[in-house]
Amino acid sequence: MRERWVEKFIKFYLPLLVFLFVLLFPFYWMFITAFKSDGELYNLKLNPFLIHEPTLHNVIMLFKETLFNQWMVNTFFVSILATLLSLGASLLAAYSIQRLRFRTSGTIGISIFFGYLVPPTILFIPLATIIFELKLWDSLWSLVLVYPTFLIPFCTWLLMGYFKSIPKEMEECAMIDGASRFRVFWQIVVPLALPGILSAGIFAFTLSWNEFLYALTFISTNTQKTVPVGLITELVRGDVYHWGPLMTGALLASVPVALVYSFFVEHYVAGMTGALKE
Amino acid sequence: MAKVLMEKLNKHFGEVKAVRDFDLEIPDKEFMVLVGPSGCGKTTTLRMVAGLEDITSGDIYIDDKVVNNLPPKDRDIAMVFQNYALYPHMTVYQNMAFGLTLRKFPKAEIDQRVKDAAEILNIKELLDRKPKALSGGQRQRVAVGRAIVRKPKVFLFDEPLSNLDAKLRVQMRVELKKLHERLQTTIIYVTHDQVEAMTMGDRIVVMKDGLKQQVGPPLELYFHPANKFVAGFIGSPAMNFIEGELISEGGAVYFQGPGMKLKIPADKASKLKGYPEKRVIFGIRPEDLPEAPCAAPGETFDVTVEVMEPLGSEVYLDVKAAEQSLIARAEPHTQAKPHARLCLRPTMENSHLFDIRDEKTLV
Repeated sequence: MRERWVEKFIKFYLPLLVFLFVLLFPFYWMFITAFKSDGELYNLKLNPFLIHEPTLHNVIMLFKETLFNQWMVNTFFVSILATLLSLGASLLAAYSIQRLRFRTSGTIGISIFFGYLVPPTILFIPLATIIFELKLWDSLWSLVLVYPTFLIPFCTWLLMGYFKSIPKEMEECAMIDGASRFRVFWQIVVPLALPGILSAGIFAFTLSWNEFLYALTFISTNTQKTVPVGLITELVRGDVYHWGPLMTGALLASVPVALVYSFFVEHYVAGMTGALKE
Repeated sequence: MAKVLMEKLNKHFGEVKAVRDFDLEIPDKEFMVLVGPSGCGKTTTLRMVAGLEDITSGDIYIDDKVVNNLPPKDRDIAMVFQNYALYPHMTVYQNMAFGLTLRKFPKAEIDQRVKDAAEILNIKELLDRKPKALSGGQRQRVAVGRAIVRKPKVFLFDEPLSNLDAKLRVQMRVELKKLHERLQTTIIYVTHDQVEAMTMGDRIVVMKDGLKQQVGPPLELYFHPANKFVAGFIGSPAMNFIEGELISEGGAVYFQGPGMKLKIPADKASKLKGYPEKRVIFGIRPEDLPEAPCAAPGETFDVTVEVMEPLGSEVYLDVKAAEQSLIARAEPHTQAKPHARLCLRPTMENSHLFDIRDEKTLV
């Protein structure tokens, strides 16, 4: 009995613990750094894994000396709009590629995927020109417009897989029942694909929330920045890293994502496995 | 109430010709069964009637009106699918009411119709449940209920009983037949199961490789099959087929097969006059091969019993005549034993002869 427990510990719990440690340690580090003073942070004689004299100085500095609140609002604005826009487009795209089976549906599916493979580090140059021409430079709307370039391919592929798992007969039956194609989509397919749609939405939201490159390139005014860009550009001054407020900002910025995840986790997991149980 | 007419119906999927020159007239109120092995084009035909599949060429009429280009919802049909296709996110009531709601029926009427259908199908207490909380048989009933509330002109059934266990299938078979009598609506029913076809259909269409083989009432198909395929497909256990030669001796015609020589009745023999070939396929059903005391060649032949399949009311004998395997039906109290030899006396009036070239029925 005891030996089996040891075996289980070595084979199961130990790897799990290592994994947990690797995943959670950065959060722990963020957390303790957020509540340390600079003096404590740079004192090599103290145990770096503990907080000796907790302080709220970093939190106050983040909110008083930077536009963190504004950045949060900006990031929410961009992430939510970009997610909704992408989901809307992806739902229609994925459904038509998967179900309408028009002449070029396969080709379009593949090309959307290829679009996803082009790295943003190359894409941001032509996109910058387009944003400039549209006179959206330095506006949050530029990000709302640009994020779907990588969100739509991603969501479309995720949803295509999901739509595939919905029995075709169900749609055919609804059509015989008297529903138009659009109604079938809206009343049968969308409710059934809800877990998949939520997964795609969460991914899209997280990807936009964390996006850095486009936000850095297209936005220069402080009041228009998103959290990741704001923190880096305002709290790394020259070669001085303001670790305390940086970590506080990072910690606070991960809260909404964590909340979104935990709120939808049930649907999210179901969505990932693509399970449509009758 | 409607008749359905199909004229020169063709459906090609690329190179594959799923349905070829299919003609069929289904009068009002008929229970028509399309039967055949998988891939014979029966489901494709049904889907064309439903409007779920485009027609390559030909015409489909419902009540003298061409419906080729009408969308499914405007054809006034209802379809029951093999996997039921119930909407999992709706309750049984909502599932059944869906079509009526879309057609903007008044609420009271929807309620009335759903309740009536639930009454007929014995699913009244299930109306608030979701499909996942139902058994296979209950789902089947709901699927049927969803079709009947609409009171459509034509019902289409696509192998609706295939997913049920054997006992439930027999029960639902009877219920569907009763339902047809009660509703008096035209039904087109697709199945691969010839027992279902025989027991339920007013008439049956047998299909193979996209081609119609024969249309007729069940017993006509059974007793007068148009070709070897229909003869072998309808009836269980299947008809025995024996290849052999026709020989004339002293004014009579005999069939000479492996280990047997059988006299063809004069009326049948006279119809064989124009047949140019020597070789022929002889067909006889298991029930037309009774045990008998051994007699002169021409009337009986000997066989060796290999396996016995007792079913209680009858016993099937798997026997061998020379190298030819056959199935014969025997009385429940037969004295036959495995490996024993015995004689069979084919009821020659009920035998069939098929053309060796195109397998069409000769007599």
